Amino acid sequence: MAQSSQATEGLGSIPTLLQRNAKEYANRPAYREKQFGIWQCWTWAEAEKEIEALALGLINLGVNEGDFVAVIGRNRPHFYWSMVAAQSVGAIPVPLYQDAAAEEMAYVMEHCGARFAIVEDQEQVDKMIDIQDQLHQFEHMIYVDPRGMRKYDHHKLHTFTGIQDQGRAAYWEFIEDLKARRDKLNYDSICVMLYTSGTTGKPKGVVLSNRNIIEASRSSAEFDHLNRDEEVLAYLPMAWVGDFIFSIGQAYWCGFCVNCPESPETMQTDLREIGPTYYFAPPRVFETQLTNVMIRMEDAGRFKKWLFDVFMANARKVGPAILDGKPVGGWDRLKYALGNLFIFGPLKDTLGFGRVRVGYTAGEAIGPEIFEFYRSLGINLKQLYGQTEASVFITLQPDGEVRNDTVGVAAPGVEIKIDPSGEVFYRGPGTFEYYYKNDESTKKTKDPEGWVATGDAGFFEEGSGHLRIIDRAKDVGKMADGKMFAPKYVENKLKFYPNILEAVVFGHQRDVCTAFINIDLTAVGNWAERNNIGYASYQELAGHPKVLEMIQEHVEEVNRSLADDPMLSHCQVHRFLVLHKELDADDGEMTRTRKVRRGVIAEKFEDLLGGLYDGSKEIFTTTEVTYEDGRKGAISATLAIRDAKVVPVPGNTKVAAE
Amino acid sequence: MLDASEGFTTEDGRKIGGVVMEMKHITLRFGGVVAIQDISFDIRQGEVRAIIGPNGAGKSSMLNVISGFYNPQEGEVWYKGALRPPMKPYQVARQGIARTFQNIALFEGMSVLDNVMTGRIRQMNAGLFAQALWKGKAEREEVENREVVEKVIDFLEIQHIRKTPVGRLPYGLKKRVELARALAAEPSILLLDEPMAGMNVEEKEDMSRFILDVNDEFGTTIALIEHDMGVVMDLSDRVVVMDYGKKIGDGTPDEVRNNQAVIDAYLGVAHD
Repeated sequence: MAQSSQATEGLGSIPTLLQRNAKEYANRPAYREKQFGIWQCWTWAEAEKEIEALALGLINLGVNEGDFVAVIGRNRPHFYWSMVAAQSVGAIPVPLYQDAAAEEMAYVMEHCGARFAIVEDQEQVDKMIDIQDQLHQFEHMIYVDPRGMRKYDHHKLHTFTGIQDQGRAAYWEFIEDLKARRDKLNYDSICVMLYTSGTTGKPKGVVLSNRNIIEASRSSAEFDHLNRDEEVLAYLPMAWVGDFIFSIGQAYWCGFCVNCPESPETMQTDLREIGPTYYFAPPRVFETQLTNVMIRMEDAGRFKKWLFDVFMANARKVGPAILDGKPVGGWDRLKYALGNLFIFGPLKDTLGFGRVRVGYTAGEAIGPEIFEFYRSLGINLKQLYGQTEASVFITLQPDGEVRNDTVGVAAPGVEIKIDPSGEVFYRGPGTFEYYYKNDESTKKTKDPEGWVATGDAGFFEEGSGHLRIIDRAKDVGKMADGKMFAPKYVENKLKFYPNILEAVVFGHQRDVCTAFINIDLTAVGNWAERNNIGYASYQELAGHPKVLEMIQEHVEEVNRSLADDPMLSHCQVHRFLVLHKELDADDGEMTRTRKVRRGVIAEKFEDLLGGLYDGSKEIFTTTEVTYEDGRKGAISATLAIRDAKVVPVPGNTKVAAE
Repeated sequence: MLDASEGFTTEDGRKIGGVVMEMKHITLRFGGVVAIQDISFDIRQGEVRAIIGPNGAGKSSMLNVISGFYNPQEGEVWYKGALRPPMKPYQVARQGIARTFQNIALFEGMSVLDNVMTGRIRQMNAGLFAQALWKGKAEREEVENREVVEKVIDFLEIQHIRKTPVGRLPYGLKKRVELARALAAEPSILLLDEPMAGMNVEEKEDMSRFILDVNDEFGTTIALIEHDMGVVMDLSDRVVVMDYGKKIGDGTPDEVRNNQAVIDAYLGVAHD
């Protein structure tokens, strides 16, 4: 494409892409945010002005080249502008998870040595003030939402608009400096630093250059034929690499519009109003939506339910084939078209997927039923495999070759190899530069030739050439008898049930496998309502004998399906318990991206784990919990431990499911 | 005590102005029952003024006198330096006094947005015919009023239920919608009748924050009735304590807390 050659001709940074867009797409929308019930819009030309004013203001405030600027807030145009403004003045934006507790932020702020922070509101300002004493280099804070801020000491605290006004006022003083700084940026300069959540240990700062971001954005945009007419809804955490690539990298490369929801609670309505053409969500979001649809169908009238069931059955049969352009009989096609008219079309519209041309899910395995459901509706949902260190893309599923159990082929420009132990390695233009102030980890992860270890075990499938990921390499353990133990595989099977939100399977160095299970409050709560089961709290519902029975059925079903897999039949869950609290990132049990931290959980619930292996029928436990504002409390409960039926797997006969 | 014309500055640095409303020797009777007996107190510009007391002390009656729902048999109500003649509640509302109710009084079948819009009624002057055609003045007014309402919705963080019928909302949110409707009227005095009754701790904390934010952000004078002593002591600048229709204490939360009559009323007196 003509565009790819431009990349080397002066489009070597995000700010230069902004200049181009402001010129070429001046009157096209760049950002929208719903505010006061109306979608407010900024064109590329307007966005450029806003960013320029902020950048001038930052220079005025004393931001130097090479400084780190922390950006903390939910998806709002202001924070995207903040990141680009920071880049324009030669500083490095560091977006942080806004729901992180103060101590977590203290570590990251101290590690990168940020002198400035641009934050959303009073909540974030308070957190920063709390940790200020630990941060000797921290100087100024800028906030967007002035609510409740009047009484604060404003010596080192500034409003976002105030900084912009100062920038506009000092235009002639600093514009030459700004231009000079902007012109210095090239493919090798640092674009952004993102902290990985880290399932183990402290977060690591992944340094990504303009080359990483722009090349990854360019090649992936070409792969899916993204253009300036796309609409995306930015709602995933800004600290996550995916959001940076979708809402800045690809948006600036293609020149498409980024829409920001009014508030996290209105996301579903806003999604529907915008009707994105390009959409990304972790499996959890799709799961929740499907659960909601199914719950509402349970409550629907008999005729509607019948209609839904009939057409969905047809859609499951032929929907994916039609989407992939494979031959389908005329009668089925007609039926599908009718279904589209009566059911799928309105349903897609309600879900906000009416216009989705390319949809991606990644981060975790997605349940086959969930994946098939969306595909059968005619939504082009695909999987990709990636990580922060790769600027997202390692593999992608091409249109027409989409499957639930693989993650696709190598992304354009990315090379993949699998070492003898089964671990997946990659290298490509998106491969990160280094971990900030952590040479040791950099050396461990990235070899001198640029190959990066993913930490995941996988293999290329014969025939299709698609990559399949089995599990985290370090999670794959051995059971006491030396057989392979793949916890994630079993957990995913469990999590595919809407009633099960999280599962943690244990079995490394043990004779048998056991599991902790978290129920899904929405699904189980609705089920309880329909079955007249009263409950006052999460804990009570989780301990209800009927709920335990239901979960037991799920576990036993998983055991039966595991028994069919010769590689993993010994990983059947012998005993399980349903946890009395939801696993939570605030308690350190999960990462901010909601991946379970096995080690932490095993340690924290040591008593429960002991109970699973000593044969007791129930166990009393007290657990410390952290509330949103950082206060601590404790909850205690008596948990029942249940034995699940397992299918015997001596090498001889295969026992049918009972 | 305090000088009527001048204000004072609170510990946290808020400026409290002069007296905006003054109740002088109010007595309210229902037949032979004396609900309020010779009570006088004032409300200052920008303060959070609480009225507390045990059940049946006459708190709600007092609020109803302020809102014009009851006209006292004796005594005078001075508002913004003028004696207020007996008025109907809607006339009082026109003077910039808005209220919420102890038992939620919203239109259950209407959406949150429509309910909050009703708070703007007194700013809408277009005639029935113009409203029906929705042209010219009616349209202009609706847009202007919607803007104010949207700011309130944003302020109270109820965007996600904007289009939800009120009847489907949980109790805590209904209370917030009621506050939104009162705020939409851009009142100079906001009367809150037990804004936190029946709420759990978390909802109470949210509501307290909103009340303080309203006071801080818009400078609205707030008079509230509340049972939860902890909440009252944290929120208010000055407290009136009532018992059996009489005023038994008046002052800052600290003064009231140490007032013997108040302690007796709340904790009871030993009978010997």
